[in-house]
Amino acid sequence: MTNGLLHPTRRGLLMAGGAGLLTAALPGYVAAQAAPVKIGFQLHRTGIGAAYGRWYERTAQAALKAINDAGGIAGRPVEILFEDDATDPKRGSEVVDKLTQSDGCDLVMGTLFSHVVMGSAPRAGELKVPYLVCSEGYHVASGALNRWTLQPGITDVRAQISTMAPWVAANLGKKVTMVFPDYAFGHDHRDFFTAAIQAQGGEVVAQIAVPPTETSFTRYFPQIPAETEVLYHVMVGPAVLTFVKELGEFYGTGAKPALFGFIDSLEAVDTATPGLEFLEGSHFWEAHPRVKAADAGEHEGHYRAAVGVDDNGASVSDAADVSTYSHMFSTWETLYFIKQAMEASGYTGPADRQKLVEAMEAITDLPYGIERPQGAKRFNGKTHQVFGAQHISQVQGGKLVKVHTTTIDEGMYEDAVDYTTMYF
Amino acid sequence: MTGNSSKVWMLHLALLAVLFSAQYWLSPYNVTNLSRIMVLAVFAMGYNLAFGYTGLLSLGHALLLGAGMYAAGLPAQLWGWSAGPAFIAGIAGGGLVAAALGLLALRTAGVSFMIVTLMFAQAGYLTLLYFAPVTGGDDGFAVVATSRTLMGFDLSTDTPRFLAALMIFAVGLLASLALVRSPFGRTMVAMRENEERSRMLGYNPFTVKLAALTISGLYAGAAGAAYAILFGYVGASFATIQYSILPMLYVLLGGAGTTLGPFLGALLMFALIEAATGITTAHQFIVGAALVVLVLFAPKGILGTIRERWVRWLP
Repeated sequence: MTNGLLHPTRRGLLMAGGAGLLTAALPGYVAAQAAPVKIGFQLHRTGIGAAYGRWYERTAQAALKAINDAGGIAGRPVEILFEDDATDPKRGSEVVDKLTQSDGCDLVMGTLFSHVVMGSAPRAGELKVPYLVCSEGYHVASGALNRWTLQPGITDVRAQISTMAPWVAANLGKKVTMVFPDYAFGHDHRDFFTAAIQAQGGEVVAQIAVPPTETSFTRYFPQIPAETEVLYHVMVGPAVLTFVKELGEFYGTGAKPALFGFIDSLEAVDTATPGLEFLEGSHFWEAHPRVKAADAGEHEGHYRAAVGVDDNGASVSDAADVSTYSHMFSTWETLYFIKQAMEASGYTGPADRQKLVEAMEAITDLPYGIERPQGAKRFNGKTHQVFGAQHISQVQGGKLVKVHTTTIDEGMYEDAVDYTTMYF
Repeated sequence: MTGNSSKVWMLHLALLAVLFSAQYWLSPYNVTNLSRIMVLAVFAMGYNLAFGYTGLLSLGHALLLGAGMYAAGLPAQLWGWSAGPAFIAGIAGGGLVAAALGLLALRTAGVSFMIVTLMFAQAGYLTLLYFAPVTGGDDGFAVVATSRTLMGFDLSTDTPRFLAALMIFAVGLLASLALVRSPFGRTMVAMRENEERSRMLGYNPFTVKLAALTISGLYAGAAGAAYAILFGYVGASFATIQYSILPMLYVLLGGAGTTLGPFLGALLMFALIEAATGITTAHQFIVGAALVVLVLFAPKGILGTIRERWVRWLP
């Protein structure tokens, strides 16, 4: 018996057949490897959150480019599909549906406004799709949502507020009057700060709730007790300029309490805007200092350059286009969190979504690096919430200058939920 | 049953049959969207009874939608009510608030009625924010899973949700048809066309309009409750002015004073937004432009124009 092409042996035929099968399968394997990871981004492109949405999109695009330039996720390129939710809970739920069922995204991320998160999370739970919000709301850690909803990119408002009280009590005063909008955002501040300042031996001497439809604030200022040492204000929206102007007129050049606010009031607003002069010398919470701090980390410059933000926190192409610097980093960090969890879980497609959430829940320490330009973080897999350091800045010469940084531990609180015990 | 009458009923039953079959030929994504559209259409059908048939141009229907949503959602949240009782509470909530609104607002008419209903709706919205510890304020709350089951069916899953939405829609549509073809329905139209003449004929306009507004509230309450139970979210945003304007747009688009107009309007508006978001980021501009074109060239809406020009028997 001779061997050769014309007279193949049985072993030779099997080997050739096997090789043929492998070759036939190869293009499919390569294609599967090259198929992009598709991330749905629920974007506040229109509606009340549009100013945030614009910067969220810009930051996410920058992170996407950085991740793809570095090889993507597990060697796969990454795509982001942005879909406008009009900052509306009903549309938000529909957008989660569209991104997941129609566009075939592996997961959905990016939501900022709390009511949109609350309206969309149930649908994400029904679809069993990971839903990573960038909202800073306490709703995730409070246990109000579900196992598919996580907040890995930004510290929640409860932790943010709690970390401010020790510094305020030690540096500004212990008798605090709070002025806040009379809805959930303001109520979070009212409840969490009141408890936090009491823990520091201070007290809230008056709580002044302002209806959200109010356009003039003069009639509220006489309610501020004379003994007030610190005026804590968290007014937001277009009325904030009026609020500050009228507050300045109320106190004039006379004695006034120290002012402490949250930068949410002035995100996307230049602190040197005419009418805001009364804020000179006052302090603000910032998650991520808008004006590049003297002691900023080594990755700060790279992050700003990638997003297109100058050292004052404005667009490099338009100095009047001020960013939402204390919130937008969350989209960058969330994308890197997704990358880390997908690579750790060996995620290959939607069938691995549960495995992906379990991998996310297993993450704890998130060290400082280009993945986390705002700073190191600690993720709590039980509450699905991340915790990071916070900052306090003072308005000096119309600019925000960082004067204090908290520790991560200052913001930690007892777990209110253990999502890991819930069914998927 | 006359020839036209049988045609009318056949048309409506055929629509319901097509909708029922949609679950077999639409993608899961579009089946869920159709569920949403049917719930919104119930809201619009109620608006149509008040505005399209009785001539009550309200800007306060968000209050009624919100009333139904919270009347269903709060007992579910606070006391663990199941879907059935919660839904009934939602319908009752919408009807009761509509009756109370009517008792006060129907002392006015025309532009004044619009403004008074708008004010009450705004007051209702602010009330929801004020009682945030109970209502969840602007954030709202997710409805617990145990309150989203009905007779063992999990209404958070696609098929039971679709069938529940279809059932509510079908009852609403057929009741609406029966109502507008009834003597009371004729009286409603009489109020719209000439209130003074109706009064001279012995009708009490206040009573008729109050009844129409209350029925409209029952529809709005049903839609609000259905949204809460079927989609699992209750929030104050549903009580904002936007949700007073939406049913008006659906009705104007589909055809005010036509039984199928509200569904057609809701369907087309939903489809228009879906299509526009795929074309441009300025999708709301496209929607606005489409509405301007509609008002200019078909002020009676699509079915209103069809009825006027070609199909006179359309109800």
